[in-house]
Order: sequence, then C-alpha cells, then structure tokens
Amino acid sequence: MNLTLIKGTGQLVKIIIRQHRFQLIAWLIGIVGVSLAVASSYQSIYQTANDKTAFALTMQNPAMVAMLGPGYDAKEYLVTVGTQFAHEMLLFSVIAVAIMSILLVGSSTRTDEETGRIEVIRSLPVGRLSYLAACIIVVGFVNLIITLLIGVGLRLLNIEGITFESSILYGAILGTGGFIFGSITAFFAQLSDTSRGTKGLAFGALIIAYLIRAVGDVGNEQLALISPLGWSVRTDVFIENYWWPINISILLSGVVLIFALYLNSIRDIDSGFLPKRKGKTSASPYIMTTFGLIYLIQRTKIVAWSIGIFALGAAFGAVLGDMEKYFADNEFVQMMLSQVGDFSITEQFLTMLMGIMSLISAIPVIMTILKLKSEEIHNRTEHFYSRSISRNQVLGSYTLLAIVESIIYLMVLALGLWLAALTMMDDPISFGTVVQSALIYLPALWVMIGITVLIFGFVPKITSVIWLYYAFCYVVAYVGGMLKFPDWMKNVSVFEVIPKLPGEEINVIVLVLVLAISIVLLFIGFFGYKKRDIVG
Amino acid sequence: MVNLVEVKGLTKKFGKFTALNNIQMTINEGEIYGFIGPNGAGKSTTIRILLGMLKATSGEVKIFGKDAWKDAVEIHKQIAYVPGDANLWPNLTGGEVIDIFLKMRGNGNKNRRDELIERFNLDPSKKCRAYSKGNRQKIALISAFASEAQFYIFDEPTSGLDPLMERTFQQCVLEVKNEGKSVLLSSHILSEVEKLCEKISIIREGKIIETGTLSEMRHLTRTNLIVKTIKPLPPFETKQGVHNVNYENGEISFQVDSEELDSIIKFISEFGIQKLESSPPTLEDLFLRHYENAKSIASNGGKGQ
Repeated sequence: MNLTLIKGTGQLVKIIIRQHRFQLIAWLIGIVGVSLAVASSYQSIYQTANDKTAFALTMQNPAMVAMLGPGYDAKEYLVTVGTQFAHEMLLFSVIAVAIMSILLVGSSTRTDEETGRIEVIRSLPVGRLSYLAACIIVVGFVNLIITLLIGVGLRLLNIEGITFESSILYGAILGTGGFIFGSITAFFAQLSDTSRGTKGLAFGALIIAYLIRAVGDVGNEQLALISPLGWSVRTDVFIENYWWPINISILLSGVVLIFALYLNSIRDIDSGFLPKRKGKTSASPYIMTTFGLIYLIQRTKIVAWSIGIFALGAAFGAVLGDMEKYFADNEFVQMMLSQVGDFSITEQFLTMLMGIMSLISAIPVIMTILKLKSEEIHNRTEHFYSRSISRNQVLGSYTLLAIVESIIYLMVLALGLWLAALTMMDDPISFGTVVQSALIYLPALWVMIGITVLIFGFVPKITSVIWLYYAFCYVVAYVGGMLKFPDWMKNVSVFEVIPKLPGEEINVIVLVLVLAISIVLLFIGFFGYKKRDIVG
Repeated sequence: MVNLVEVKGLTKKFGKFTALNNIQMTINEGEIYGFIGPNGAGKSTTIRILLGMLKATSGEVKIFGKDAWKDAVEIHKQIAYVPGDANLWPNLTGGEVIDIFLKMRGNGNKNRRDELIERFNLDPSKKCRAYSKGNRQKIALISAFASEAQFYIFDEPTSGLDPLMERTFQQCVLEVKNEGKSVLLSSHILSEVEKLCEKISIIREGKIIETGTLSEMRHLTRTNLIVKTIKPLPPFETKQGVHNVNYENGEISFQVDSEELDSIIKFISEFGIQKLESSPPTLEDLFLRHYENAKSIASNGGKGQ
C-alpha cells in the first residue's frame, strides 16, 4: 500500500481516543465490571445439583434459547458455573460491546465528516485513508483491551473450572464480536452519507444478526451460522473451548475492512455510495394537524418503547411459564401456594410484574410531556404561537398523545406477556386477566401526566422534580415492603394505591378518586401554561 | 383610522431586571417600520410581546385594535413572523415544514409557495437537519411570504442569507408593501433598514431613544463633507459643529452638525473651493453616534462617582 495514503494515522489515533476517552472509559468499566461482578455472583446462586438441573431446564425452553442462545448440554451445567454464566451473559455482553463499537466507529467516521472535522484534517498533510485507518485502530485497540481485561479478570476470580485459556476465549468472543460490528459500521459509513444513516444501517445489521441467530438457534443451526452472533455463541467456552468462531470473526472483519478502506479511497468527501433519498416536497395532510405533527416528532421514540416494552413483557411471560414448572417440584413453594388460596403463584407473580412494568411504561409517557419543554427551549414552540394555534391546542395535543401512549404501552405489555406465556404454559392465563391487570394502572399513569403538566405549566425550570417523585414510586414498589415503609408513606406513590389484579378486588372509589386527581392536576397545569411567558 | 400597531408605555420585567422600559410604538397601515439596536437591547423581547408569547408587565399593546396577549390566536391569523434563527424539526423536510406552517395560519397560497421556493432557490426535499442556517431562514421566509397576512414581523430575517437572497427578500418586502400591508423589520443590517424603512426606531437597553423618518433623523445629525481648497485651510477643528477632521492627500474630510452647515461652508469658500463632496449621514453614522454618546455618558458618569 502506498504509505502516503495513511500518513499521520498515529496522530489521529491519539485525537480520536482523546475525543472519546470518557465515553470509552465508561463503556469499559460498565462491560468489564458487570461481567466480572455477575461471574463472581454465580458461585453462590445455584449451589446444589438439583438447582443446576432446574436452571438447565429453564434455559432449554425455546423462548430462552431464542433470547440467549443454544447453551450447553444439561450435564455440562454441573461441570462449572462458567457455563451458567456464559449462557446467561455471553450473548448480551457481545451485543453491548457491538453497540459500543458501532457508536464509536459511527461518530468517528460520519459524524466527524458531517461536522466538517475530517475536512479540516484532510486539508493538513494527512493521507486520504488516515482518518478511517485511525478509527479502525482505535476500535480494534478498545476491543483488545476488553478481551484482555475480561480474560485476565475472569481467571483471577478463581472460579472452579474456568481455565486461563477459557477465560481469554470468553474475552475474545466479546472483543471480536465488537470488532466485527465496528468493521461493518466502517463499511456502512462509506455507503451512507450521514451519521444517522450509518448508525441506522449498523444497528439494523445487529438486529438482523440477532433475529437470524434466534430463528436458527431454535430451528436450524445452519441458519444461525450465517450470523456473527450465531457463531459467537458456539465456542462451547469453558467446556471444549473452540477457537474457530474467533478466527472467522477476525477474518471476516479483515475482509469487510479492506472493502471499507477501498471505498473510502475512491469516494469524494461528504458523499456516500447509497443514492440519496429525496424527501417529500410537500406535507401529507395528517402532519398538518397539530396532533399529527406532534406525533410525528415523537414517532421513533414511541415505536422503540413499544417494541422494548413488548419484548420485556414477552421475556417475563416466558419466565412465567417456567415459574410453574420450576415450582411444581418445590415442596416449600407448594406449601406457600396453598396458603394464598384461589390465586396461583403465576397470578401473584403477574401482579408483581405489572406493578414494575407499569412504572417502566411511565417513563416514555412522562418524556412525551417533557418534550414540549425541550421544544420550547429549542425555540420551536414559537412556530405554533406566532401562528393561529392556541396554547391549549398544543399542550392538549401533547397530553392526548401521552394518554394514547399510556394505553398503547400497557396493551403491548399485556400482549407480549400473554403471547409468550401462551407458548410456555400448560394452562395458559387468559388474555382478559392479563389486560385487566395491566390497564388498571392507567389512572396512575395519568396522574404522572397530570403532575408533569402541572409543573411544566407553572415552573418549567423544575420539571425534573417529576423524576424525583418517579424515583420515590420506584423505591416504594421495589423495596417499600422490605424496608417496612409505613402505609401512609407507601400511599404517596400513586402506583401503590392502585388495586393489584388479579388478587385484590377492584376498588372503584379509589380508581375514580385517582382519575379525578389526574383531571384536576391537568386542569390546573393547563391554566398555568396559558398564563406564563413562553421562552421561545 | 385605527393604527395597525399601538404600543403605549410598555414595560417588561424579568424578575428584577427591566428588559423593556416605557416603550412607545405606532405602526400605520402600509408602513415599513425599522427597529434597530445592539444585541440584547430588547428587540426580540418586544417582538415576543407583540406575538403574545411574553406577557407585558405593564402598558398597552394592541394589534389591529386587539390585545396582543389575550387575542393572540385571533390576531395571528393576519400575522406572518420570521424569527432570526429558525429552529426547525430535524426529521421533516423543508417542503413539509412550509406546508405545516401555512396550514397553521390557515390561509396559505399553494402557487405562491411554489413560486417563492423557486425565487429563493430552495431544495424542499431535504431534511431540516441537513439545511444550513441560510436555508432554514429561507424556509421561514417562504412560509411568511406565501401566507396572506396583513402584518409581517421580521426579527433579523436575513442573517445567514447570501447577498442575492438578501435582495430577493427586499423585493418581497416591497411587494408586500405595495399591496398595502405593513412590516416590522428588526435588523442589524443597517443598509437594509435604510433602503426599506420609512420610519425607524432605535432601541438601547430597553428604551427607545430615537424615532422618526430617516430624513427627520438626519436633520438632527451631521453631514459628511470632503473638501479641497486652493489656499490651505487654517486648522478649524475647534470651530463649533465640526467633528472628526482628517487630512489626506491634500483633502480634508470631516463632519458638520446640520445647524452649523451654513456658517462652515461660508468659512471654507473664502479659501477657494476646488472640490466639494457631501453625503448625508448613513444610518450607521446615526446608530454609532447614539451608541458612542451613550458610552461617553456612561464613562463620564463613572468618573463622577
């Protein structure tokens, strides 16, 4: 290769690392820290052979395989806790490292090009390929560090059955998994001409890789081997320690990178190989309404949260089926079950899940109202208020959207949970029960909307107070019982007041009261918003 | 006749800080009203009060005879506003944003929209995140001129535009004026204000310090002169009404207070005038004079204490 093409790469490596140093340190601490902490905790989770067999049983149901990969033979879980750790953690750790690599490469290729930083660099005596080469070196280096830290760290935990070779292999799966997605991102950065496009393509590739692997792992192993994630979970690490997936990853990364470098060397700055998509030159009728526009601005967020909540619901739903199987053999739990009466352990578990999931669903709902604050700060509400749109119309649309969202999230939650439970349980829980236990939380979500609107309507500077209240509700839901909070204190959390279904009776008075509170809060909030100065 | 805009004794306070102090402003039908002042003087605050986004602490603000705060939505059916820095939604295209803006007012003209897109040379198919500042500004301008308003408010509308587009903007403003509509133009670009505006207000630190037509204002100020005489002029810097004397290549350039113009010309003519160029003060001269006065007053005040 012509050396002038990569002149100055060393300097650029330093610049890129410096630019991302805090972010990279945070990722490293997060990934390495969580991996090591979880690995060391596994020693004490499943002690007896019985527990380990039960764990193996759980992990082998198709939903778990689709989610976490194929795992090991049942008896291999008895050999070392490393296998349990690898089965539960490996795939999602690889995905985390891949996300880190995609973000790093995406921003040090296209983002830097979009903002004109690469233009400045290229005007200096620096080679045409130097910036991309430096970016590749940085992402390779970071993934190497992850490999070594986790490899050495795991060994130092002195867990029975984890050899030095196997711990380094585990680290290498993470490192090469990250590197291959970093390389793919570098390639996409040559195709798309925006950083959003680049990261979008790369995350798309990651999701497709995950789905192919999931389908392949459940049905057809050949199919799973098409996906980099598919071969990442086939090293049989801690048992056989196959290295071939590592070699394939490195080889494939190399090929993809050669393509990326080649394309980078022949393209103009700021251009990409994918044809630019022309946007619409005129607006469709639905975005010309206030509500339609406000929905469009938040559409991506709504879709993403819906998918996320559906997936969480499905994950819990899959476990719900296993609860039954697992506890069926457990005499102690059987005894407890008989004491509670009509309701099965599954149903009690369901109420607990709904309590937590409704809290999670409140996050995007609150964010929708707070979006109006960010629009005001970014001088975009002036487009409404300098035209014939009233404040009630704008805040009303945001509130309506938040209410619609609250219904959507609880519905997809119920749907995900019920669908997964349907495939897993011998005696599936009825859809009506699940929906009811989810939707009962609607008034609570509306109170959250009401409080947010109230604060925003009067003192937009302190809207973050809503997150304090939210955190309080979360603490009450999680550890309120454990920490023996007095009842009055627990009842400050609106989620605590809501009757828990199935199990408790529907207390109509309480529900109507909560609903009334939310309406009053909204009413006062709207009044305040109408009276106050708008910043922009 | 009802004045289009009638502002009386407008004061706005943010906490203890007085942003606007006793502002008076009258804009008539068919008038282009220039609004100039340094950054932070209160131009945008005044405009936001006119738009009913900020509430006046005291004073009366009426547009079309209606209250700017209470009847904002009603008033805005007849108002087109262009902010100085149009922040647009990054995931919408320029064409979509223009349509949305027209729909929000409710009386846009589709043909006029397309014609303006052409005149301002805008590619409406790009996402707003990809537009430069000048192009975002064009989107706001197109939406304003394509709407059938009675009163146009521009807050530094041409920042980021190239000189060609600046001219297109000025043409559009004159067309609007010819249709008998009124314009409030707040601007830093004094040549633009000079070219377009009949009436001008200068605002400083929340107070309007000068209002009037350009010729009225000029009357109160100095004329720029460049002279060359046959016999050398004796030093005359000390004469009353003479300022900023510069000797260059045998020519003398200086400024004269309007009321002293007669006596100074008489004095110079005794030395045999070879060349005499006079130019009226530019708005920039006026503006700077106000600004410099303020500074010298401030520094004198400082010394006094």
